[in-house]
Amino acid sequence: MSQSTLLLVEVGVLLLALGLLSRLANRFGISAIPLFLVAGLAFGHGGALPLSASEEFFHTGSEIGVILLLLLLGLEYTAGELVQSLSRSRMAGLLDACLNALPGAAFALLLGWGPVAAVALAGVTWVSSSGVIAGMLRDLGRLGNRETPTILSVLVIEDLAMAFYLPVLAAVVVGAGLVQGLTTLVIAAAAVVAILYLALRHGRVVSSLFSASHPESLLLGVLGLTILVAGLAQQVNVSAAVGAFLVGIALSGQVAHAAEELLTPLRDLFAAIFFVFFGLATDPADILPVLVPAAVLAVASIATKVLTGYLAAKRAGMGIPGRWRTGLALTPRGEFSIVIAGLAVGAGVEPQLAPLATAYVLITVVAGPLLSRIPDSQWFRAAVRRRGDALRAAAR
Amino acid sequence: MSVRIERVELPGIGTRHDVLTDSGRRVGVVSYRTGERDLALFDIDDPDAASDTVTLTDDEADALANVLGASVMIGQLTGIREAAGLYTEQLVLPATSPFAGGVLGDTKARTRTRTSIVAIIRKAEVIPSPTPQTDLQAGDTVIAVGTRPGLDSLAKLLTHGAG
Repeated sequence: MSQSTLLLVEVGVLLLALGLLSRLANRFGISAIPLFLVAGLAFGHGGALPLSASEEFFHTGSEIGVILLLLLLGLEYTAGELVQSLSRSRMAGLLDACLNALPGAAFALLLGWGPVAAVALAGVTWVSSSGVIAGMLRDLGRLGNRETPTILSVLVIEDLAMAFYLPVLAAVVVGAGLVQGLTTLVIAAAAVVAILYLALRHGRVVSSLFSASHPESLLLGVLGLTILVAGLAQQVNVSAAVGAFLVGIALSGQVAHAAEELLTPLRDLFAAIFFVFFGLATDPADILPVLVPAAVLAVASIATKVLTGYLAAKRAGMGIPGRWRTGLALTPRGEFSIVIAGLAVGAGVEPQLAPLATAYVLITVVAGPLLSRIPDSQWFRAAVRRRGDALRAAAR
Repeated sequence: MSVRIERVELPGIGTRHDVLTDSGRRVGVVSYRTGERDLALFDIDDPDAASDTVTLTDDEADALANVLGASVMIGQLTGIREAAGLYTEQLVLPATSPFAGGVLGDTKARTRTRTSIVAIIRKAEVIPSPTPQTDLQAGDTVIAVGTRPGLDSLAKLLTHGAG
């Protein structure tokens, strides 16, 4: 078989397998991310069916996957929502950062991985998966709940914080000094503030480049602009992902809405490729030795996330059951943790980070949605009812 | 009379409006950016949780709004009764009625019974202030205001026709 024929066969087999896995995940009501990672492990180096011809294709595809993940995230939020969340829940965001980034950093230092890996692992444990959690809240019928805005605000702040964190990480992993690290941070901060200002005050400027009613030009134009900005951002070490996120925020109104609809299928395709590629690059044999550390880290950081959510909901005036729901809902980590680990591993930081991050995300993304269902269980509801009855009896 | 409505942004999803009732319950409407909506009823023991959410299509939401609006109107009309000796009544137009399929003007209800037909409810649709040209269909609920004897003769008129 010629190289290009083999490429077609491999890509076809893998995408077909992903399609079936996604259907399976949907049947069981879970996220497809863990299954995609496992598929990547099976097809990768040291896996059951290693691929040979298509690795280059998956590599490029995974880079586009990260860019599209972030672009769609940016499109989903309006600049107004970002600013409002920031002003209303910044304490919750700060608490979230301290409680969840520190365990990851401490853990990496304990393992003796050094400060650069510590910065990366801090990010891995910090950021919850907004994709998984938003889908989960919808499935559990909790979008109407009063604590839901608190959960979403924490997610928004985390995503926005990535615009500052990723450039720092990008600078640190290439071994840049303090000065260069600070420079990229300043560039990123200035870019974020400028884009937010532009989107808030002159939202139509960027959007007027595109026509919401012509799908072909919109698709090509938005995709082109995003990849261009991502490339330029990469060039100045601000991380391609952040560039894509900012393009998403800068677009607004009808154009953003139409672009979101057009690009979602593309995002699903390339994001799947991204998760698979991360699995591909990881040798399954490396996972076993880090399984116990990953489990310990997962338990610790799930506990700190629950605490974060509990305190954030308490600040927002929720009752005790609502605080538990908030905490438990925030526990799944997902796409961002993989993006961060991918960035660090790609630059050659601590080879064990990739298997650890894979195992860690597999654990939290499976355990999180299960934990989130606890407040819907019979005994939890019975306890809430007993408490309600007792309170009413006391009031009488 | 003022009702407290809370508006909350749901970043990335849409908005939620809550109505807080006098009895301490909470009813919410989640409006998605895509234009869909859910009605959420909150738990009595856990007032932060929606114990049930119902997805409504455009038509269903419209119908529900109409039914609620009609029930408020009937309630307000009923309030007049003590003051003026007037009564409000809902009369269903039977299929055997000679007026089913005709127009409201055919009944000459105002002249014959000194009552006033203020609204017609057809399935979920409310027709406020119907004119003589408004059509009548079997199963319509006619809302009329009048004196007791007037309403009694209107019921007879709608069922059996003039005679």
